[in-house]
This record gives sequence, C-alpha cells and structure tokens, in this order.
Amino acid sequence: MHRDLMRSLPRRHLAVCLGAAIVAGLLVLVQAELLAGVLSGRFTVAALLPLALVFGLRGALGWVQCVAAGRTASGVKSLLRHRLLARFQEFSPAEHRSGELVTLTGRGLDALDPYLTGYLPSVAVAAVVPVAVLIRLFVADLATAIIVLLTLPLIPIFGALVGMTTKAVTERQWRALARLGGHFLDVVRGLPTLRAFGRARYQASVIREVAGRHRSATMRTLRVAFLSSLVLELVASLSLALVAVPVGLRLLSGSLDLSTALLVLLLAPEAYLPLRAMGTRFHAAMEGVTAADQAFALLGEDVPERSGRLTAPGGVPEIRLESVTVRYPGREDAALTEVSLVIGAGERVALVGESGAGKSTLLHLLLGFVTPSAGRVLIGGVDLAELDLDAWRRRLAFVPQRPHLFAASVADNIRLGSPAAPAQVRTAAAEAQAAEFVEALPDGYDTVLGERGANLSAGQRQRVALARAFCRPDAEVLLLDEPTARLDGRSESAVLDSTRRLAEGRTAVIVAHRPAMIDLADRVIRLTGGTIVEDHVRPVGGTR
Amino acid sequence: MSTLIPPGMTRRLVVAALAGSAADLAGLGLIASAAWMITRAAEQPPLAALSVAIVGVRAFATSRGVFRYSERLAGHDVALRAQAATRERLYEALIPSGPLSHRGADLLSRMVDDTDAVQDLLVRCLLPAVAALVTGAAAVVIALFLLPAAAFALLAGLVVAGVLLPLGTAAASRRWSARLAPARADLAARVADLVHGSADLAAYGAKGEALAAGMAADDQLAALERRQARVSATAMLTGVLAQGLTVVAIVWICELSGTGPVATAVLALMSLVAFEPVLPLAGAGERLTGVLAALRRLADLRTVPPAVTEPAKPAQVPDGPLTIAVTGLVVRHGTRPPALDGVSFTLAPGHRVAVVGPSGAGKSTLLSALMRTVDYESGNITINGVEARDLASDDVRRLMTGLTQDPYVFQASFKDNLRLAGPEASDADLANAVRSAHLDQWADRTGWDTPLGEDGRTLSGGQLQRLALARALLFDPPVLLLDEPAEALDERTADSLMTDLLDATHGRTTLLITHRLRGLEAVDEILVLEDGHITQRGTHEALVSTNGYYRTLWQAEAMLHS
Repeated sequence: MHRDLMRSLPRRHLAVCLGAAIVAGLLVLVQAELLAGVLSGRFTVAALLPLALVFGLRGALGWVQCVAAGRTASGVKSLLRHRLLARFQEFSPAEHRSGELVTLTGRGLDALDPYLTGYLPSVAVAAVVPVAVLIRLFVADLATAIIVLLTLPLIPIFGALVGMTTKAVTERQWRALARLGGHFLDVVRGLPTLRAFGRARYQASVIREVAGRHRSATMRTLRVAFLSSLVLELVASLSLALVAVPVGLRLLSGSLDLSTALLVLLLAPEAYLPLRAMGTRFHAAMEGVTAADQAFALLGEDVPERSGRLTAPGGVPEIRLESVTVRYPGREDAALTEVSLVIGAGERVALVGESGAGKSTLLHLLLGFVTPSAGRVLIGGVDLAELDLDAWRRRLAFVPQRPHLFAASVADNIRLGSPAAPAQVRTAAAEAQAAEFVEALPDGYDTVLGERGANLSAGQRQRVALARAFCRPDAEVLLLDEPTARLDGRSESAVLDSTRRLAEGRTAVIVAHRPAMIDLADRVIRLTGGTIVEDHVRPVGGTR
Repeated sequence: MSTLIPPGMTRRLVVAALAGSAADLAGLGLIASAAWMITRAAEQPPLAALSVAIVGVRAFATSRGVFRYSERLAGHDVALRAQAATRERLYEALIPSGPLSHRGADLLSRMVDDTDAVQDLLVRCLLPAVAALVTGAAAVVIALFLLPAAAFALLAGLVVAGVLLPLGTAAASRRWSARLAPARADLAARVADLVHGSADLAAYGAKGEALAAGMAADDQLAALERRQARVSATAMLTGVLAQGLTVVAIVWICELSGTGPVATAVLALMSLVAFEPVLPLAGAGERLTGVLAALRRLADLRTVPPAVTEPAKPAQVPDGPLTIAVTGLVVRHGTRPPALDGVSFTLAPGHRVAVVGPSGAGKSTLLSALMRTVDYESGNITINGVEARDLASDDVRRLMTGLTQDPYVFQASFKDNLRLAGPEASDADLANAVRSAHLDQWADRTGWDTPLGEDGRTLSGGQLQRLALARALLFDPPVLLLDEPAEALDERTADSLMTDLLDATHGRTTLLITHRLRGLEAVDEILVLEDGHITQRGTHEALVSTNGYYRTLWQAEAMLHS
C-alpha cells in the first residue's frame, strides 16, 4: 500500500515539505555551533546576530514545511476522495456496505493527516539529521561520537523489539476500543426499545461494566506498550549522561576545550531526538495507513464491466427472462432460481410473495443492478448484458422500497436526472398526490430536505419518489417496489389512482403487498424462495 | 472541571500531573546540571566540586524516563475512567429524554465521538499544560536566583509561547472550525447521497450531477483546509522565534551584566529546554476548540428537559386486573396544534380496543402518552384509579407496553435481542414467543445465536416487525400495546399474523393500533381517530353500518379482497 500511497502524493509539495524539514533539522547543527561558541567565549557577542538569524530561518522553514504538508495532505485526500466517489458509481447499488463507504470517504481519510504532516517529515529528518550530527561529533570529539554511535542504534532496535511484541496486543486493544464505542452507540440508538421493556436503567450498569473491563485490559496492555517509550527515553537521557560526565572529567584534566564540550552537550541529544520523534508519530500515522489501505483496496477491486453498447429496439419493449439464476456473493441460497418469464409489452404485472422471496431482486435484475449468474434477460430480444445500461435506464421509471431523498430542494429531488421545467415538476407532484404537502413546506418546492430527507414522513417521502416517476412521462417501463407500503388508507387510494394512470400504455412491474396494488395489475406472479409458484392473468382492470 | 472528572479520580489526576511535571523537571534538571558541570569543569576546580552535579546528571537522566512512564500510565488510566464515566452519565441523562431517532444517525455517532473529547481534554490539553506551567515556573525561579533580568526575559518568552500563542491558535481554530464545519457537513451529505441514493441515482441516470456535486464539495473543503494549515504553520514559526530570541536575549543580557560563563551557560541551556514542554501547547490550544465544542454539545444534551415529568413521590403501583380510563386527553408536541384533543375511552380488563385512522391522526401519540414517553397537557389517564403521572414512568411501562414504532435491533445475537424483553425467560418461553410471532421458521433457518448486523441489516422489514412482536409477547405486560403489528408484512403473512395475534390476545387487555380492518370483528371496541379526535366508536358491526371513515375504508378493503 505504501507504494500506492506514495504514487498518489503531489510530488512538488511533498518535496518542499520534506526539504524544509531536513534543512531545518540541519540548521540545528549551526545553531549548536554558534551557541557553544558564544557561551564558551570562542565567538564574540556579535555571533548572537547570526544565531538569531538561524532561529528565524528555522522558524521560516517550519512555516514552509507546515504549509506544504497541509497542501500535500489536502491534495492526497482530495485525489483519493475523487477516485473513491467515482468508484462508488461503478459499484452495484444492490451491494450493501454504505456505512463503511461513507465513513471512509468522510472522516476516515482525515486519518491520513498525521501520516502526511507528521510522520513522513519526521522520517526524512530521522534519515538525515542523526547522520549529520554523528559526522560533526566525529570531527569534534571521537570519544563522544563513539558513545553516540553505539547507543543510537538501540533506539530503533528497542523500538522495533517492543513494537513487535506489543503490536498484536495493541491492535487488538484499539479494535476493542472501537467496539466499545460501537456498543455505546448501539445502546443509545436502541434506547426507546430498552425503555419500552424497562431495560434502560439496567443497561447503564452494562455500559459501566463493559467500560471497566475494557479499561483494565487496556491498562494491562499499555503497561507493556509504554515500556517501549520508557526504554527509548532512558537510552536517550542516559546516553546524554554517558556523554556529559566523561566530557566534564576531561575538561577537568584539561584535555578538552569548553567550546567543544558545550557543542557536544548541545548536539548529542539532537542525534536521538529525530528517531524518538519518528517513533511517537508512528502510531497515529498507522491509522492513516489503515485508512489508505482500505481506500486502495476499494479502488483496486475489480468491477465487472456491466454496460454494453447496444440499444434495445424502440417502443414499449417485451421483457423476457430465460432461466435466470441470481446469486449474491456470500449467500448460500440463490435469490432467484431458473426463473423464466415473458412480460409482454404494456402488460401490468404484480409480483407478490413473502419478504425475501426474490421480488426486489427481480426488479434489480431489470434495472441492471444485479447480473444473472446463469440465464439471460432479453429486452425487446436484445440481451440486457449487451445493452447500454444508461440508455436502457433512461427508458425506466423506478420507485424503490426505501427511496432516498437527496440533500437538495424538493424540486431537484423530483426532477432527479431530468431537465424538467418547474411546471413539469409541479404537475408530477400533483399527480403523485404530493403537491399539497410540498406547497405547505416553508419554501415550497425550494425547501431543502435535511439529512436523508428526515423532515418528511415516510408516506410523504414515498410520494416524492412517485413524483420522480411521474416526472419522466416518456418512460416506457415502470418498476415499482411496494409504492404504497407506508401509506394510510386514504393516501393509498390517491396514490393508487395516480399509479394506475402512470401505468397506462407502459409495461409495469409492481412489487405489491397490499391488495389495492395487486388489483391494479392484469397479471399476478407469486414468488416463493426465488421461484415462480403461481402466475395467473386476470381480466384487465381487475375484479371490480 | 468538577463536572468532567468523576469523584475519586482527582487523586489519580494529581498523580498523573505530578509525574508529568516531574518528568519535565528532570529534563530541565538534566540540562542545567550538565551545563553547570561542564562550564564549571572548564574552570578546573577540584573533582569534589563536581561530584554533586555528576550525581545530579545521572539521577535526572534515570528518573526522567521513569516519571514519563508513570505519567503516561496514570494519564491514560484517568482518561479511560473519565471517558467511561462521561458515557455512563450521558446515557443516564438520555434515559428520561424524548426520542433520539429524529436526531439522525450521523448526529448520534458524533455524540459518541464527542465523549472522546474528555480524554483529549485531559491527556492532550490539561496534563501537558500543568507540566509546562510547573517546568516554566521552575526555570523562571532558578533564573531569578542567577540573574533577575534574565528571569524576566525568560518569563516573557514563556508567556508568549505558552499563553499568548495557545490563545491565538485557539481563537484562530475557532474561526476556522466555524468555516470548516459547514464544508465538512456538506461533503458528508453529498457522500451520503451518493452512497445511500446510489440506486435512485443509477435508475434515473443522475450519477454525473451527484458526482460533480460531491467533488465540488470536496474541492471546497480542500481549499479551506489548505488555508487552515497556515494557522499551525504560523504557530510553529512564532514558537521557534520565541524560543530562539529568548535564548539570544538571555545570553545578551548576561553579557551586558558581566555574568560569568557558568551562570550564562546554565541560563541559556536551561531556557532552551524550558520551552520544550511549552511549545506543544500551541497545538493543544488548536485542539481545545474542538474539545470544548464537543463538551458543550454534551452539556446541551444533558440539559435536554425530560420528556415526561416524574412525580416527586411515586404512587403505589396498582395491581390486580387493570382498568385503563382515558378522559379528555390532550397531548401537544411543542407549540403545534394538539396531536390529541380530548380523547376519552376505557380499556376494561380482558377487553381489546382497536384504534384506526389515517396516518398523522395521533394514533402513535396516544400510545406514547399511555407509555409515558410524552407528557399530556390536560385530561387524565388512570390505571385502576391511579393517575398515570403520579406513577414513576418506569412503573407505568411495566404495566403497559408492547410493540412500539421503530423497534430497534441491537448488534447482538437474535436470542439476546429477544431476551432483553425477558431476561429471566426460559428457552421454551422464547420459543413460544417466536412461534406466536411467526418467526420460528426464520429463527431455525438463521440460527438463534446469529449476530444481527448493524441496523439489523440481516432482517427484512417484516422480520424486524415480527421480532418486535415476539419481544412484546415475551414481556407479557398486563396491558399489551401494539402499534401497527402488521406494518411492512406482505398481505398473506399479515393476515395470518393478525389472526394469530387476535387469537393470542384473546381475553387479555390489549390496545391495538392498526390500519387494516380485517379481523377487527373480534375486538370489543374500535375507536376511529381523526385529527386528534375520536370521530367514531363502537363495534365492527355498528361501525360498518354507519357512514364515516371506517365504513369507507372497510368497503375499499372488502372490494379488494373479493
């Protein structure tokens, strides 16, 4: 994955960021030189001016590094987000992993920030600065240089050792933490249900117990995990003592001058610092890596080419299923098993059967959301797999079971994907029995719907979705998934009338639970466990 | 502060703060004693003069790591405790509040994230600030003994880096988060639209537009984030300058005042190191804005008034066969017209009453009022003569409950999801409830220990409804309330479920809310609720022979079933 991520980085900004970090790190050497010189009296007070300049330059480079890192991070996130968004559109809407996708594309990618703005620059500095410091120490004082050279590798070695032994445990612990948050969210969401059964207070003690168990387990892990930082801290500070005390003794014997001694004292910690900084940033950075891994896994997934190039013959088409079997990945039972079916042009078919019988799958099949694992679907004699799906879908009007309302105006929600004029939108709304409540909204058709259209009732949402279908007067095939499921008697009969009008002169496939909807069809097909068990034609117009 | 730190934790917090301060002080001591030792050694005094400093260097070097280790352990322990306590108290505060579902899933998960803020506040803001304060003060005091003028320079530098700079970053981050939050929310909404609405978009060929809108929202956010990066960049610049210029100034002051090389070196190197715990405070200031906003949101949640007022001294819970009498009940949601306006009826022991009516007529509000999850404005609900509002609401729900709107499926096994309604129920009880709810075949096929996924995705709408019904039957309250039990079931299952339900509730006190009229011949009384008023009441036979909502609906249904 690192390679994938590296390839996506904006080179120029990253180079500026890392360059600035390295130069600023190297300036610490100059700073130490000047400070040691002034304090030992080797340089005059005038050397304070260049020293101030060095500080200024370090600050400026820090500024450049931060800004460039910010640009790198936002550039990478933006790029990944664009690619992910584009990728979502290639996935079949029948796949359910929406929660994961929304989190990843939203806050998930923000986890890359510590990786890009903190970890990467610290790696660059750690690769260059300790070496430079060591070289300077070798020139200044061989004994010190050797002490630092021998102790310095202990930091990465101990870091890796402790890291390796605690990695699995730590990761398990962090996952447990995420689960803990999930448990809490779950309980809060289900509070009304708990309240109804008098279990709300009891759950408070469950929350406490779960958290308490989690804390003691976490602390056990942390006691070991933090040993790594203890070791690193000890190596760094003891090395300083190891350097400083002999230096002091050699000064005493006059075998070393003060300027060198102070330089050594100032420089020695700078050899360890970059490695420790890199270590402390590692954990936070790895979260970003996980997010990036997820993103690249999604981007790398093979999406079967679903769309062909052919166009079905014009006019209201005949739909033919030839022993179609549909299987969803990861499920044992097929959703549809060898279903053969001919739906004539202009026929109105009601699909009935228990939930899970395959009714919605049949609709999704016609929409091209799922592909048959065996058999084929013919539209006007042309295999659906060969058809240009976008062109085919333009000839459909679809009302799903749980229509999604977009964070846009009511008018845009009705117009969805078509350039319909305001007057057309109004007509469509009126036909779907939605005009009355839409006009009562604060801004009428311009009212923006909130999170998932939360400010409309289930019945109202359903009618907005129906209005969408009415807004496509040219659609030849109507696919409705329980359009009146959440409506009361009177709204149902109103919607029914509209649906009847909508279905006129079109092929209609309607998943129906309620008798009124079934009544609208001139043919009823009953599905059970993915097969057709009943198929009867009834006199046009039903039994009234 | 006292609201954040649960009782008994102050001591732990003090331990963590002491350990953190000690670690930073050891760092300060290490560099000061090393600087003193080296510059003093250059004056070639007898070895004995250095021995204290040598011991100091070694002691400080060893103790720094140990202190740091204790600080991190104690800090994380406090943080985890604080987070757990925050969650528990938040949950307890939410118990009496109104329904949360309308707040939206994203808001709820943000609320859970907000409870992490307490951890951040303690570990990343408070403890570092205390350690920085102690270390800075110690450095200033030492400097005061060596050269007062230098102490003032150091104090000035530390105040700039440790007080002014964090205040500045906090203010800047407040300004920026006000601009970033809408951009983030916009992007989240676009992404949610693209993902949750993918079927609608694909079917209507509207992907392109939605994708463009998502990318535009991202571009806007990215542009803001790029500009926001300048805040931390400027903070970094200021911090390095404050540190550097303070050191330069101190050396210069020493030079002017003719201070000796030993004191000069100690002052300079100690000042350089004193900034180390102080400089990260700029980042803490930046983080503080988000943390405080999260804590404010949590505090707001805790002060949401309870949905119902609990009696100061709850009345005795009535027992024996229960008669529920509702008279002139008025329920109002906020300032809107009453949802229920003068509803009266009686539910006698062993009787079954059905409530029918169009959606929005107040059927579910009636049920909520009975279950005491909304308060009533006037009128009475009495249980064997005891006014419901004089009873603890938990007690009322022990007497009257059942299948409510929007039942929730927990991320637990099917069995545990059932068992919450009957913790002591035997396996046979569970099996009975499941059979009565027509869920037995599904349960046997799927398995009783199958975990039900997020939002109960492995359940269809109908199965969810049946699980909720099974819970209600398992809980077996004296008065059973059922809100649209056949909702979202297909016609055949709904019919058989209603038949079984009416059989199962035979002879038990039941209030049934429904929009399907079939089978209602069996209930004792039917109430037609329209616009908050009972417009018709009577038996099925009486109602079908009178003009009105019931007859119209009955005729429509009958026609479709013939």
